[in-house]
Amino acid sequence: MTFAIDMTGFVALYVFMLAAFAGWVIIGNVPAILHTPLMSGSNFVHGIVVVGGLFALLNASTHLEQGIGFVAVLLGAGNAAGGYAVTDRMLAMFKSSNDGAGPKHRAHRHRRHKKS
Amino acid sequence: MFSVVSPLVIGAADLAAAFLFMFGLKRMSSPATAASGIRVAGIGMIAAVLASFLYIFNVDAAARPHLMVNIGLAVLALGLGGAGAWFVGRKVAMTAMPQMVAIYNGMGGGAAGSIAAVELFGSRTHGATQLAVTLLGALIGAVSFSGSVIAWAKLDGVLKAPLRVKGQQFANAAMMLATLIVGGLIVAATIGGIALPIATPVLIWVFFGCALAFGVLMTLPIGGADMPVVISIYNAFTGLAVGLEGFVLQNPALMIAGMVVGAAGLLLTLLMAKAMNRSVANVLFTNFGTPAKAKPGAIKGTERPVDASDAAIKMRYATSVIIVPGYGLAAAHAQQKLYEFVKLLLAAKVTVKFAIHPVAGRMPGQMDVLLAEAGVPYDMIFQLDDINDDFATTDVALVIGANDVVNPAARTDKSSPIFGMPILNADKAHQVYVVKRGQGKGYSGIVNALFYSPNCEMVYGDAQAVLVQMIEAVRGLGAAAAA
Repeated sequence: MTFAIDMTGFVALYVFMLAAFAGWVIIGNVPAILHTPLMSGSNFVHGIVVVGGLFALLNASTHLEQGIGFVAVLLGAGNAAGGYAVTDRMLAMFKSSNDGAGPKHRAHRHRRHKKS
Repeated sequence: MFSVVSPLVIGAADLAAAFLFMFGLKRMSSPATAASGIRVAGIGMIAAVLASFLYIFNVDAAARPHLMVNIGLAVLALGLGGAGAWFVGRKVAMTAMPQMVAIYNGMGGGAAGSIAAVELFGSRTHGATQLAVTLLGALIGAVSFSGSVIAWAKLDGVLKAPLRVKGQQFANAAMMLATLIVGGLIVAATIGGIALPIATPVLIWVFFGCALAFGVLMTLPIGGADMPVVISIYNAFTGLAVGLEGFVLQNPALMIAGMVVGAAGLLLTLLMAKAMNRSVANVLFTNFGTPAKAKPGAIKGTERPVDASDAAIKMRYATSVIIVPGYGLAAAHAQQKLYEFVKLLLAAKVTVKFAIHPVAGRMPGQMDVLLAEAGVPYDMIFQLDDINDDFATTDVALVIGANDVVNPAARTDKSSPIFGMPILNADKAHQVYVVKRGQGKGYSGIVNALFYSPNCEMVYGDAQAVLVQMIEAVRGLGAAAAA
């Protein structure tokens, strides 16, 4: 068994097709209330581009390549770190009435239960 | 030894990262697990970034003499970019979230474009397919980068009005064509070996210049109201660019993460465009914001003003209240005051629900985030489809800082530019109060028939000031009863 990665032709297309399908299905279930954090979260996920930037920079052999590679890592790191920071902040704010919000919400909660 | 083991470690870390990204996104599909979802994805990111330093054991022969410098540059870039963006992301106000998402997204696009540039300048691509994919990823990444920067500038108020000149669409098409032609020339020179009067590196510079210019030109004419759709498209674009560059670098983690985001971004874009009653092509190529000479139509009646305290007392003695917040609420920084008022109503055994339109705020779901920030529990927040039938049996609908999303003309007036847009049926409540800064039109410049309807009264004033009056009125009642 070999662990060499050889993504060419149809293998690459299969990977793309399955990943696209997975993305579509995963996001399709997200309630509208989470759309902003979700957009921000998927924004964070493509911050993985920083790994590609590191590969390019570490293999750079001219000043031009080093310069552009530096920019790639700089921007990619910004994408990943910034995307994480804002997504985490947003999601941490979502609290339910049950999360120790105090007795003043109890009446409201009962009404909801009755209705549903 | 290291040169044998390190690819295995990198491969395993990237595989784990790809899994954790998808698992994390899946956990984000419910408010209860969402916060852990981003942490799961974060672990994947850290693993992948740390593992990628193992690339040093297998660098190209040409890069070996520069290795120490490159490692230093890598650490410096990671530190500067990561720490800077982290610091800003932690401090920025929640209302500024859309432009932050735009700028971080642009960075990702720029990174993908830069990777493509390194591959192109270093002539590292093998074969026509790889070269074409590199160029395509470069084009999409560069457009996403410059377009997102413009979107950021617009949302942040650096750029005020949409810039439109005659023949702009023609200019955009010409720029796109120029980019594709230059890309074709690069392929011809590199693969076909055709001798061109211009050196290939010059062509690469021109290619990126054209792509960046296209992103700017394409985004400039789009109005502020359409920016959510634009950010979402660029989010999908960046994902696609990252996926394509992942193919070029033979890195499946980039391919998978990029394509997952590309598909997710596309779906989100379509959902948003649907909520705004526009097609995506319509947003991109015909410039909204110049409303179709919105004629007042046959609206009868007048806007009737009411005192904030009278409205508050009416709500205090109501059985059920639905609140429809819009961006005006956030602009007045009045979310906290609103929740304070709501808590008073809840204490008086009034049923209170929040009704959120899909495009409330500057970005779909932004209103939910802003209410969550103010402490409103998410089980009080309802989306359009879940609450629209409740209005008819509700005593009072309180509309704060929202306008177009409650305009009944979208249901009835075929000549209205927003005809067919899904709206919140606030007009069906027994009594409607609209808190508004003054008489005037909404973001789209369309007259709102709701304001003239017999069951609607207007509370004029700044949302924050109005809510302070409302809170005082209800508290005053309690004090009077106790005395």
